[in-house]
Amino acid sequence: MATKRTIEMPVESIESMTLNMGPQHPSTHGVLRVVLHLDGEVVERAICHLGYLHRAKEKHAEHKTYHQFIPYTDRMDYLAPMSNNTGYVMAVEKALGLEVTQRCVYLRTLLCELARISGHLLWLGTGALELGAMTVFLWSFTQREKIYDIFEWICGARFTVSYMRVGGMSREDYPEWRRMVREFLDQYMAAHREFETMLNGNEIFLSRVVDVGTINGKDALQLGLTGPALRGSGINYDARKHTPYLAYEEFDWEVAVEDRGDCMARYLVRMKEMEESWKIACQALEALEKTQNERCNIDNPKIIFPPKENVKRSMEDLIHHFLLASEGFKVPPAEVYQAIEGPKGELGFFLVSDGGPKAYRLGVRSPSFINLQGLEKMSIGYTISDVVAIIASLDPVMGEVDR
Amino acid sequence: MAVDLEKLKEELRNKMSEFFGEKIKDITISHDELVMEVEKDIIVEVCMKLRDDPSFQFDLLSYVTAVDYSALGREPRYGVIYQLYSVQKTHRMRVKAYVTEDDLIIDTVYSVWKTADWLERETYDMFGIIFRNHPDLRRILMPEDWEGHPLRKDFPLGGVKSFYFKRSTEPRAGEPKNLVPRIREQLSDI
Repeated sequence: MATKRTIEMPVESIESMTLNMGPQHPSTHGVLRVVLHLDGEVVERAICHLGYLHRAKEKHAEHKTYHQFIPYTDRMDYLAPMSNNTGYVMAVEKALGLEVTQRCVYLRTLLCELARISGHLLWLGTGALELGAMTVFLWSFTQREKIYDIFEWICGARFTVSYMRVGGMSREDYPEWRRMVREFLDQYMAAHREFETMLNGNEIFLSRVVDVGTINGKDALQLGLTGPALRGSGINYDARKHTPYLAYEEFDWEVAVEDRGDCMARYLVRMKEMEESWKIACQALEALEKTQNERCNIDNPKIIFPPKENVKRSMEDLIHHFLLASEGFKVPPAEVYQAIEGPKGELGFFLVSDGGPKAYRLGVRSPSFINLQGLEKMSIGYTISDVVAIIASLDPVMGEVDR
Repeated sequence: MAVDLEKLKEELRNKMSEFFGEKIKDITISHDELVMEVEKDIIVEVCMKLRDDPSFQFDLLSYVTAVDYSALGREPRYGVIYQLYSVQKTHRMRVKAYVTEDDLIIDTVYSVWKTADWLERETYDMFGIIFRNHPDLRRILMPEDWEGHPLRKDFPLGGVKSFYFKRSTEPRAGEPKNLVPRIREQLSDI
């Protein structure tokens, strides 16, 4: 029979309590482990322990040809592989000094924005679920499925797409696919308004996010936050607008900025950003329709794979295919840094090439990794349940944090 | 918003040479990117200047990493890379300082940008470069008892130590001996 034991301890001697959160905690978005030092229920320190999902991507990059590394980029921010693909191939193209066709630029822009919508939809669904709203999760996943269908119909894969190639795409788009995108975009805004009605005036949701995890613009910049986490603190920096790449300069859209700096501000920034992404996607799709008779891939058989049916008929194409698959193309010695605006923030690829077919060094500036540094600053003074809301509002993807 | 890199380069050359003289080694533009190479002992002062000078205002430290040049046969062995961005001026640049193998120490820029905290920890973890005065220089991605620094060129892709799973019917320590022996996989050291 168990006897009740009492521990005698004077109240003064009770010091701060240490609580381990994660790496299997459902609200930590994968394998994030946070050690919380608590005073009662109030957080005094929040120390992150990373590395549970470290897969040595940067080391692998040095041992794979430039083409072979593309699938590895899918698995960094696995919620927006199209963005990662784009960032990586753009870095290689920059080192090569390669210009891609206008049609390819439009297609990449469209896919990056669809990836952003899909990434934010997952954040919206899981974030709301963590704060107690189940319905939004089901609704946002319905929309996400449609985006995955779109990806499946253009490249055959739903999740890890590996669609971009240096100098173009693995295959071209086609009219039925564009119709599918059009159908999705036509019905998306209605669903978006539904998400907003579910949350914007929801008392339970508001009490969990308003004035929680506040960080001011100066601190956010000092900590190097980018993406919605920075724009939620009133700092207007979006790589798409301020250091333009792809076709973002041509299109009409705005950067979403909020001043409050709390979880609500980050929520509003992301919601606004999805609307803007929708706008960009519509314009990119139109531009794609206009250029439908042009080539998508560049005309350089030394870099881009020849069409598969030609490989079976033409000797030249067979040789090129064989060389590209076995040896890869060579990149002249260069050091480049290419930054794009991923769904989580500034996604940068730092590439050093030595003239060979493999990268000499590939560094990945992953936005989630650096944004996570803000967690401690945001959490101090809030309760444990607020930490859940703050992690959700930062939206880290552990595949990208640990690489 | 196009940035006039040539103008920025001239400005950098004038202001930086005035303050640091010979210690600014090279300012170049390649692939539309501005790169400045400096001596490692003035890195903090240079960064401070780049952040605070009204004509540069590099208020965001994008990225810190290192490159191991040993496989190219270049000396000094490591280049430490600081990728900067200015939210006000919307320009980017890269600062580079070299670290030799005998003296792996460079000052931390944590006092300039707090972003450097984890980024420098990662660089230390992967390359073994020691950032002097860093508040908490521990490994960040690899386990704390890991030996070696994985992104160095002399670190093999498969790791230094090898493990394999050996099939065994031996009972585990502390397990009753009279149980039916089961085949299970055990981690063994080669």
